[in-house]
Amino acid sequence: MGFELREIHKHFGSVRANNGVNLSVASGELHGLLGENGAGKSTLMKVLSGFHQKTSGEILVDGESIDLRSPADAIEHGIGMLHQDPLVFLPFTVLDNFLIGSPGPERLNRRAAARELATLADRFGFSFDPDTPTRRLTVGERQQLEILRLLWLGARVLILDEPTTGISAPQRLKLFATLKELAAEGMSVVFVSHKLEEVEEICERVTIIRAGTVVGERDLPCPAAELVELMFGGEVEIGERPVVGLGPPRLTVSDLTVRDRMLSVEGFNLEVAEGEVIGFAGLEGSGQRIVLDALSGLRSANGGTITVNGRDLTKVGYRGYLDGGVQFLPAGRLEEGLVAGLTLTEHFVLSSRSGAFLIDWEGALAETVEGIAEYSVKGTPDSTAESLSGGNQQRLLLAMLQDNLEVLLMEHPTRGLDIESAAWVWEQLLRRREDGTAIVFASADLDELLEYSDRILVFFAGGVLAEVDARTSSVDELGHLIGGKVTS
Amino acid sequence: MDVTLASILAASTPLIFVVIGETITEKAGVINLSLDGTVLLSAMVGFAGAYESGSVIVGFAAAALVSALAALLVAYSSIALRLNQVAVGFVLFQLTGELSAFLGDPYVRIPGPTVTYRPIPLLEDIPFIGKIFFQHDLIVYGSIVLIFLTYWFMFRTRRGLKLQAIGERPEAAHSRGMPVNRLRYLYAAVGGGLVGIGGAAYSLGAKIGWSEGHTTGLGWIALAIVIFGGWHPYRAAFGVYLFGALQFSAIKLQDVFPDLTQVLGTLPFPIMIFTLVLVYSDRVRSLTDRYPALRGILGSDPPSAIGTRFDVD
Repeated sequence: MGFELREIHKHFGSVRANNGVNLSVASGELHGLLGENGAGKSTLMKVLSGFHQKTSGEILVDGESIDLRSPADAIEHGIGMLHQDPLVFLPFTVLDNFLIGSPGPERLNRRAAARELATLADRFGFSFDPDTPTRRLTVGERQQLEILRLLWLGARVLILDEPTTGISAPQRLKLFATLKELAAEGMSVVFVSHKLEEVEEICERVTIIRAGTVVGERDLPCPAAELVELMFGGEVEIGERPVVGLGPPRLTVSDLTVRDRMLSVEGFNLEVAEGEVIGFAGLEGSGQRIVLDALSGLRSANGGTITVNGRDLTKVGYRGYLDGGVQFLPAGRLEEGLVAGLTLTEHFVLSSRSGAFLIDWEGALAETVEGIAEYSVKGTPDSTAESLSGGNQQRLLLAMLQDNLEVLLMEHPTRGLDIESAAWVWEQLLRRREDGTAIVFASADLDELLEYSDRILVFFAGGVLAEVDARTSSVDELGHLIGGKVTS
Repeated sequence: MDVTLASILAASTPLIFVVIGETITEKAGVINLSLDGTVLLSAMVGFAGAYESGSVIVGFAAAALVSALAALLVAYSSIALRLNQVAVGFVLFQLTGELSAFLGDPYVRIPGPTVTYRPIPLLEDIPFIGKIFFQHDLIVYGSIVLIFLTYWFMFRTRRGLKLQAIGERPEAAHSRGMPVNRLRYLYAAVGGGLVGIGGAAYSLGAKIGWSEGHTTGLGWIALAIVIFGGWHPYRAAFGVYLFGALQFSAIKLQDVFPDLTQVLGTLPFPIMIFTLVLVYSDRVRSLTDRYPALRGILGSDPPSAIGTRFDVD
């Protein structure tokens, strides 16, 4: 089933998120929708899936104009959308999630639904325990469940909004295989992403959106430089890896043990030199996060010692780590790093280590204006943290870091950022490294790990499976290691 | 023993309606904190309605209507007026409570109609059980049916699943085609109506008559039992009966240990807190995650979207 969008406008107050967008996708086509963060991709797809009402324009399915007032209308016309954060009900069981919203008799027949789910799951090589609460599923599994549900409801147009954010490499491969299979069966698939490589990997055709309008449409393959230019209106330079001489050890971890409810890491050793960048690779929940928590003082170690510049910080607590020049930027920028509802100025006040009882608002404002300018945050001192895009939230977090850090710890430093913001973030990080800061970061992006680390530690089930030299390793090798396979 | 259990059952009946009603409302994502005032007002209206009309049914209907309106007001002020449910609930608690005292003045301590005792033929003759369960009035039977019916509705029907969905994650419910706010109005009214029946069940049955502050405090207890019950009808009912049993023992033991009366009366509260600590512990949670059978007994997931507003677009 093919569809067509004609002259779609979507305005939120004075903001024109979509400004006359045309898009046409044929039956059986895997179509990419590419654009940087905030280009209007998600809004457009929410219009197509009935989540938002278009301001003007026309939506045609199989050549017929349709009127979408709600997501229910959309699914009735065979249009299903998988949201970036899959819209599942976390405490409910897998089976109930599958059932909610499906048509049928008033009295639920769970056994029949479980059979349907199992049959569908088998077809794509997924497997679910229908009685598990959905919160125990990984993001990738939640996506799989949602895809099956949409298929079950009869979706023939499938929209995926940034589906690879937060899922593991093997799950990504599985997802791509599934999408190809669906397209081969005649499904129209729209793959929304800001990641060029992914669109190139699976799509046949791509539409590029910039600032709410379509700036180009290309058949793939097509030179990447051309797509980048369309996305950003100019080519983005990706810097060469600078060669930095390593200094004396900054961070020494010996025989560290940290335990979590589900996982424990024992006997972890690491020495990071001045100006060195260490990457943590591994599937989500393999131990990287709890080690980062321990290294930043957020979680107390169950054993072992952590020394920074020769000072034993093992028992000093989080504030002691801050005083010792150790800072951590977690992946949950808005959840863990910033305070939703507070303005940028208020954030600067909170992060300043001043002991004054009264707030010097003028000074804080000046500092904020300076920080905004220096880190090119798109926002005003009065903007709230949640009104910033992901990239700008990361810029704000970087702007609030102490000046002379000994150790900087980061989790998914560029997750959800477009190429330009990601390159910018690394530019900042590398500058700090030149000043001697030791950087330790965890990432799911293998290219990022290989490009910026000196050494990469691969975590698997709470242990370090291997340590590799980023200069000589490859995506292929890392991919295998992450899956727990040691190649000789 | 059977007489004791029968009277605990009868005395707990109004609270069953209140707790189940509020559980339904909260499941939909609306929290009605006015409960203590609403129960008072509906007890008064129930009594007044029955007294003026001479019909108990009119009393119950009037009480249900008034209480449903109060719950709808909370829903309306949240959905349409974008006010905070907690704030509106507190104000409404004061208002309804004061209103019951003001409007109920002519009805203080006068005799009025009551629900009639109606044992169930044959069943009442079953030894032991008959005496506990089948020698009551219709409201008591109704409360027992309500517990099972609510469970069946919530967990066995499509509409019940939708009820849970709108209070858990409204945007996901919306994406699956549910009219979230319309359903919230509906379940606020249904839950509110049941609360009203509970209020009238005091003044017309369990604690006959009306006087100022007739049921004071019971609404807050009901709100606590809803949480204790983990928004599950069976466990909520268990909470009500446990509370009833402890209250009953407190009264009985008054003669034996006159010094302990105060302590016994407050016993339900530490028990509740202890239970909450237990069911929210990581250990119990991972256990209920793994064994679906335990989830009904020990699972405790508050409706995630409780007290929040949902706007389309």
